Amino acid sequence: MPNPLENQPPIIALRGITKTFSTVLANDHVDLDIFNAEVHALLGENGAGKSTLMKILFGFYRSDAGEILLNGNPITVHSPRDARTARIGMVFQDLNLIPAFTVAENIALFLPDLKAIMNPKEIDQRINEISRHYGLEVNHQALVSQLSIGEQQKVEILKLLLSDARLLILDEPTRVLAPHEVKALFNVLDNLRKDGYAIVLITHKMKEVLECADRITVLRRGKVAGSLLCEDATEEKLVTLMFEKELSELKINQGTTHESTSMPVLELRGVETHAEGAGISLLGIDLKILPGEIVGVAGVSGNGQRELCDVVLGMETCIKGMKLLHGQDLTNLPVQAMRRNGVSFIPENPLMMASVPFMTVLENMALTDTGRYARRGGFSMDWAAVKADIDKTVQRLGFTLNLYTIAKSLSGGNLQRMVIVREMTHDPRLIIASYLTRGLDVQSTIAARQALVQAREGGAGVLLISEDLEELLTLSNRLLVLYEGRFVGEFKPSETDIYELGHLMTGSKVEHVSNG
Amino acid sequence: MSQMVKSLSRTTFSSPWFNTFIRYLLVTLLALFLFGIILLITGKDPIQSYKDILTSTLGSAYGFSEVLVAMIPMLFTALAVALPSRVGLINVGGEGQLYIGAAFATWGALTFQNQPAWILLPVMVLLGMLGGALWAFIPGYLKAIGLVNETITTLLFNSIAPKIVGFLIFGYWHSAMDTVKTANFVPAARLPAFFGTRVHLGLVIGLALLILFWFIMKYTRWGLEMRAIGGNSQAARRNGLPVKRYLIVVMCIGGAIAGLAGMAQVSGFYGVLLLNFSMGLGFMGFLICWLAGGEPIGILLMSFVVAVITTGGNMLQLTRDLPYAAINILLALTLFAVLARPNFFGGKKA
Repeated sequence: MPNPLENQPPIIALRGITKTFSTVLANDHVDLDIFNAEVHALLGENGAGKSTLMKILFGFYRSDAGEILLNGNPITVHSPRDARTARIGMVFQDLNLIPAFTVAENIALFLPDLKAIMNPKEIDQRINEISRHYGLEVNHQALVSQLSIGEQQKVEILKLLLSDARLLILDEPTRVLAPHEVKALFNVLDNLRKDGYAIVLITHKMKEVLECADRITVLRRGKVAGSLLCEDATEEKLVTLMFEKELSELKINQGTTHESTSMPVLELRGVETHAEGAGISLLGIDLKILPGEIVGVAGVSGNGQRELCDVVLGMETCIKGMKLLHGQDLTNLPVQAMRRNGVSFIPENPLMMASVPFMTVLENMALTDTGRYARRGGFSMDWAAVKADIDKTVQRLGFTLNLYTIAKSLSGGNLQRMVIVREMTHDPRLIIASYLTRGLDVQSTIAARQALVQAREGGAGVLLISEDLEELLTLSNRLLVLYEGRFVGEFKPSETDIYELGHLMTGSKVEHVSNG
Repeated sequence: MSQMVKSLSRTTFSSPWFNTFIRYLLVTLLALFLFGIILLITGKDPIQSYKDILTSTLGSAYGFSEVLVAMIPMLFTALAVALPSRVGLINVGGEGQLYIGAAFATWGALTFQNQPAWILLPVMVLLGMLGGALWAFIPGYLKAIGLVNETITTLLFNSIAPKIVGFLIFGYWHSAMDTVKTANFVPAARLPAFFGTRVHLGLVIGLALLILFWFIMKYTRWGLEMRAIGGNSQAARRNGLPVKRYLIVVMCIGGAIAGLAGMAQVSGFYGVLLLNFSMGLGFMGFLICWLAGGEPIGILLMSFVVAVITTGGNMLQLTRDLPYAAINILLALTLFAVLARPNFFGGKKA
């Protein structure tokens, strides 16, 4: 496409950057040009490879293939130190300041020309100059631990500016900011752009991109889905680039419609939770899943998906509202109670949340229902029965599993298969499936989805949480959109499309829905 | 040498037991070598000193029996650390649990002293376990509800327990002629000893518990569940295992075992409850459990080795004029050697 700025060579050019993590292709021959005096937004879903790409540029990861050109000359960036020499700076999602130090000390620590005997006055003066110029005023004698997140971010940016970076990479800087802070940040970015700095902004929020970027590159599944100038970009175009993909190979009938009179498998009434740490609070969640129904939940991850699963499973406490399973009030009962009532859970992170790393696959398989396989009152375990049950499910799903390997040594996909097999084994009545097909190859993806459909045909209810809109649209009977801990939309798949969902997921239409 | 062992163990003896054995042997040798240097520096003859240790312990039936006697409480206190460690709990409180167990058992011995041994001893065993369990329940419960880390509480509780025992002795139980100990237990309250030595029934109980521990961890439903909780408590919870209940119960059982050590000491060894009688047996158990990697066979071996060192150390005090503190140096060196995990088997943790 025509671009006036392309007359000037890019300050940084990435060529054919490829990176795999075990079996996952995080970046697939990515080309990217970053120009001076530009805000370049990297847009994409979680897991699209944005952060990985930038961490390669910053020397945090090493790419498997490809090269980095600085002003047209190839350079090697094997560590953040190399990146700093190339005048590249990065602000990470979780900020990297030392809480017990003052602002000035944190910045001084990062100065490339810090003298053995520091001159605090001189440092103060330098901080003052820069911070006044860019609207980054912070009290530099304050301890970082006393600063708000927004202020800490300012310190991070100051740190980079004082260390002479010309290219600033900001990884989801607005994730932790309040709306007015976002505005302030964009003003800063604006000033920096005017002074010729190159800025890369990693984000998945469309609105912000359109507000402050000059150039937008969309990544999808590790590949560049498209790159365009802000003038040419519209929300529609970006949503298309972010979410649209090749047609799904799976064709499934939507199942029979169910009379709404039948007893729901799961019902949440006005459920609210209290966020802990970096989590998100659920607010006023109403949800009904009928037998033989797959209810899809769309949303960018981190908008309350984990909390929703945990509240259904019984890991997280409802501070308000009720949870009914088969019409029975099970609010705030422990996980055992839910499991006993036929609830299965396929979590987003199978290694951390579902398996014991140092146990064999077979042992892991018995964990959700140890009572079933215990013999002689618990003094022995019937491993043959475990194996027989698994073999049955494995055959049904068409997976292969080595039962005697240690769970830790399995690849992500195999681990996911293991968990899927286990959770499908005992004829569950309610399946909570979070990112079901993450890490699976095409065939296993189809098999896993088929398993859900089978369960639905058997009358189970399914709560399917996913970022893959195509998956949600093909599998779900109903679709909900989760944004910042609330459901912001409910659809039948035939009534909506990825554009509408994409808007809701990225928060660009929230006001509209909640007002209407 | 380690190269040779390596190839040997790979080809001929690939059993993990053999590996474990060799590992402990080499670690012990390394510690002895380091201690030898210290002995040399202080002007003692290391070879002769080690000879003294060996002859005074393993060189005679009596010496050997004394090693076994010293080993008994260590078996218990090490197990009291090993079991909770399987669910991820760090029980540093063996010392305190031992004292409270001893106090409970003593109460039984003093209160029911007219009962025959077949009633009195089981009652004392149960009381000892109850005492230790109660003392461990508090940290276990606080941990399970997510309030305080059990490492801190169990450690701090260690300083409280001996004071309680002191209070009981000074206030109520002391004998007519002596304020720092109770009256001697009646014979019915003494664990029977074997073959005219001081080796008592506690050894049999300890070994039986070790075997039981191994069996439960390996074959039973509860072992599987405990390993799951220790391996990944988050996943265990999501899989519907009653994690909180396990934390509390396992901590209590650990405490009960340590309490049993206290019971075995007062009933089997001393026959009386003395002020500050333990002198770090609980901590020794922690050390042994660490050295043994929490494995039953390792606990047996390391208890034996530590018992040899401490018993032999007593002898060195007499024959070589070496301060008892020197023995602590040797034990510390052993711990260092283990913690440094010399790479005998290509980095594979035993």
